[in-house]
Amino acid sequence: MKSSVIVFPGSNCDRDIAIALEKLQFKNSMVWHKETELPKSDLIVLPGGFSYGDYLRSGAIAAKSNILSEVVDAGKKGALVLGICNGFQILIECGLLKGALLRNSGLKFISKDIFVKVISNKNKFFNKYQSEEVLKLNIAHNEGNYFTNKEHLKELEDNDLIPIKYCNEKGEIDSNSNPNGSINNIAGIFNNNKNILGMMPHPERMSDKLLSSEDGLPLFLSLIN
Amino acid sequence: MSVTNDQIKLHGLKLEEYKKIKDLLGRESNLLELGIFSAMWNEHCSYKSSRIHLKKLPTKNEIVIQGPGENAGVIDIGDDDAIVFKIESHNHPSFIEPYQGAATGVGGILRDVFTMGARPIALMNSIHFGSPENSKTQNLLNGVVSGIGGYGNSVGIPTVGGEIKFNSTYNENILVNAMAIGHANKNKIFYSKAKGINKSVVYVGSKTGRDGIHGATMASAEFDENSDEKKPTVQVGDPFTEKLLLEACLELMKDNSIISIQDMGAAGLTSSSVEMASKGKLGIELDLNKVPCREKNMTPYEMMLSESQERMLLILEDDKEKEAKKIFDKWDLDFVVIGKTTDTNRLILNYDNKKVADIPIKALADKAPVYDRSWSKSKPIKNKVKVKDLKKIKIEDALIKILSSPNHSNKNWITDQYDQIVMCDTIQKSGGDSAVIRIHKKDKAIAVSVDSSANYCKADPKVGGKQIVCENWRNLISVGAKPLAITNCLNFGNPEKKEVMGEFVECLEGIKEACEFLNYPIVSGNVSFYNETNSKSIYPTPVIGGVGVIENLKKVIDINTKKTGNLILIIGKTIGHLDQSAFLQENFSIFDGPPPEINLTNEKNNGLAVLKLIKDNLVQSAHDISSGGILVSLAEMSMFSGLGLKIFKPKKLTNHIEYFFGEDQGRYLIEISPNNKSKVENILKKNNVFFDHVAEVQNDTFEIEKVLNLKIKDLHFYNNQWYKKYNGIN
Repeated sequence: MKSSVIVFPGSNCDRDIAIALEKLQFKNSMVWHKETELPKSDLIVLPGGFSYGDYLRSGAIAAKSNILSEVVDAGKKGALVLGICNGFQILIECGLLKGALLRNSGLKFISKDIFVKVISNKNKFFNKYQSEEVLKLNIAHNEGNYFTNKEHLKELEDNDLIPIKYCNEKGEIDSNSNPNGSINNIAGIFNNNKNILGMMPHPERMSDKLLSSEDGLPLFLSLIN
Repeated sequence: MSVTNDQIKLHGLKLEEYKKIKDLLGRESNLLELGIFSAMWNEHCSYKSSRIHLKKLPTKNEIVIQGPGENAGVIDIGDDDAIVFKIESHNHPSFIEPYQGAATGVGGILRDVFTMGARPIALMNSIHFGSPENSKTQNLLNGVVSGIGGYGNSVGIPTVGGEIKFNSTYNENILVNAMAIGHANKNKIFYSKAKGINKSVVYVGSKTGRDGIHGATMASAEFDENSDEKKPTVQVGDPFTEKLLLEACLELMKDNSIISIQDMGAAGLTSSSVEMASKGKLGIELDLNKVPCREKNMTPYEMMLSESQERMLLILEDDKEKEAKKIFDKWDLDFVVIGKTTDTNRLILNYDNKKVADIPIKALADKAPVYDRSWSKSKPIKNKVKVKDLKKIKIEDALIKILSSPNHSNKNWITDQYDQIVMCDTIQKSGGDSAVIRIHKKDKAIAVSVDSSANYCKADPKVGGKQIVCENWRNLISVGAKPLAITNCLNFGNPEKKEVMGEFVECLEGIKEACEFLNYPIVSGNVSFYNETNSKSIYPTPVIGGVGVIENLKKVIDINTKKTGNLILIIGKTIGHLDQSAFLQENFSIFDGPPPEINLTNEKNNGLAVLKLIKDNLVQSAHDISSGGILVSLAEMSMFSGLGLKIFKPKKLTNHIEYFFGEDQGRYLIEISPNNKSKVENILKKNNVFFDHVAEVQNDTFEIEKVLNLKIKDLHFYNNQWYKKYNGIN
């Protein structure tokens, strides 16, 4: 498997995701945002961080950078694209995913371990997880409060386009287990073809037992055919 | 055009200091030169009141690569790995503008570390606020915490812990001390000393704006009711540019093009250029028309005194400019040659083809005033407190009171605003005795802890000074680390007052004695005087940041109790010292009596014994005993793990309050398996370490027979109660 991690000025989880991918034998390239061509890759990752300092709006400026038009083209042609945290914000800003990521309902940056429930594993990203499996992942964001209109929300729910939702340790999905106010506890969404995934939690941070857990690794394993 | 007496005073200089300036120049100075002198000679940059005392501190041993005097200290942790670290204060700006003050404090300390060729791997902090009820506290707290998080999170360096304390002594002078820790190859450390004549002096990073002009001078004076007017002296941080500057500098450092590098911190372009030239015994000549400016029509005075953030000065090897510029172009940062090194030993500034300043470098650096300020001996409190109704207090109520007090309440609501995991090497986050960070891609780690004990220092500065060093040492040992070296941030009031200077001198004596005894050198630090408003000084608050090494990742210990049936031993002797304790403060509002004594021999002996037990795989969890005594420390272990404890009553001490809440020093709690009991006891006896059995791990009840019976969820409830109320959370 070949992967490309796009590096924007201000990205800061690029090294972390590269390490997780390399651990699973992905042949990874780091692609600088000023490049105009993507190396041939099976997976494109937009990493977490504060691209362009999150100025204007999180992800807004990155969505206009050189390499993004290549990513958009590839995504539209069916390439696997994963946006984590700031990467999710970029996917929304460039239009590959719909909806908006608002400021956290508590109006504060939140960084902590949270739980998500696998709602749907019938896709390329979560097929190595059990359905309804509860995962411990880490979040670190200021704008992760996902919002969308009723029609789109229905479309997401009806078409299995919400793979993970925030829950508590027991897997209960309620307002107490919702860290940022996301509508319906949404932690990540797909596009209609399920080849583009945006998620706020960081799977790469849960890829090393010594540090915490390895709950994030099956996500990358799922991508390996 | 000479300067007026008013201008001299406005620059924070004394008239006799100006007389010295005139003598050194051999003429009157112009306004620009006066500004430059004031920037170099203020307390913050010149250490004029502290220098003669700091010289007495131990700063060297076999692992120290670089001690005080550079941007940060450097120590050797084996295998070519070096750790670069320093702590610095940003107290004054944070009180005036909490968000930016704290944010730029973090930015500045990060630059100090990566300037030396290290990739920052962790941030810590020590923040002190006034009483929670003080009308300013909540706003300051929220601003400082968002500022610390906002900067560190964005640059992508984990903020892994520190301490947050409340005390009315900080009502009008909060403390914001930030520490950065970086990792470097020990053969690739970069220094600020210039070398060679006619070498290019290069400006990189952000443009220069009108912010922070005279910031260092502001930080060298006390506050009054008009301090709000000083807001324009606070710098504005841009963590995004910092991240770019960090990556660009580290990329450039991969080859050998940098001769010397210095960040533009306090006193900006002035101090960076003077420092490089002074250390290299050279001159430096700058063309100010080339300085990248954010605003139009900036004057030489503004350029030289601006404290705009995220800027660096480099001296490059010949012919390396082109390649270096390529790197900074890639990161979209300014890269401009603004001058050259000379053999004149003078700082010469040109603007519009005119020489606008001409000062001997020596006059600015070596000849800066040094004061041996008079100081008076402190009067340590000797009399012990006598509390009439001591025995009427129920142990359970006292514990609950301490756990639900602002100073002991759970601080996750604060640390959850810091990204503690980014970089994926954080093994232990905040909340334990020390943070533990893995050395990237290696099988070893470092431990870091930041500590202070202002109440102890106020009651007896020398004992207090010793105590902090020891507590810091203990915190590192508790996670299995071998303590190596420290950095300190010395926060005090007005040094022109004898009593304040006395507190400073005596705290340092205590610190020195403990550091020497423990072979625990001080490799970097910072002094912050004038933490005073309307003539009221803060308590003496030296803050110690210590770094230790854990050579094997399998031997990292935390405070989580592991298994029911395991035994908890206490290491070190319990006498029951209640004076200055959290118990008396929270239950009787008594802040009196002497601090607990420090016995350095026992301290070292106990610590090394615990470390040996950890190395022999005999310890499953450990916690040092500090504020709150045995019972609070046990409760903290239980709250972390969710496992209860059956706590034994003391066999000897008849006063249970003294036993459970006394704050005697040099003590640890360790969890061991009952199978290893005799092995552990033999080692402790052989090393002449006092120990006792205090508890046994059990399911979910935290109890002392007939005295105390709480569920772990109750402990959590009380520990979370205060901040929820404070922040209006249901």
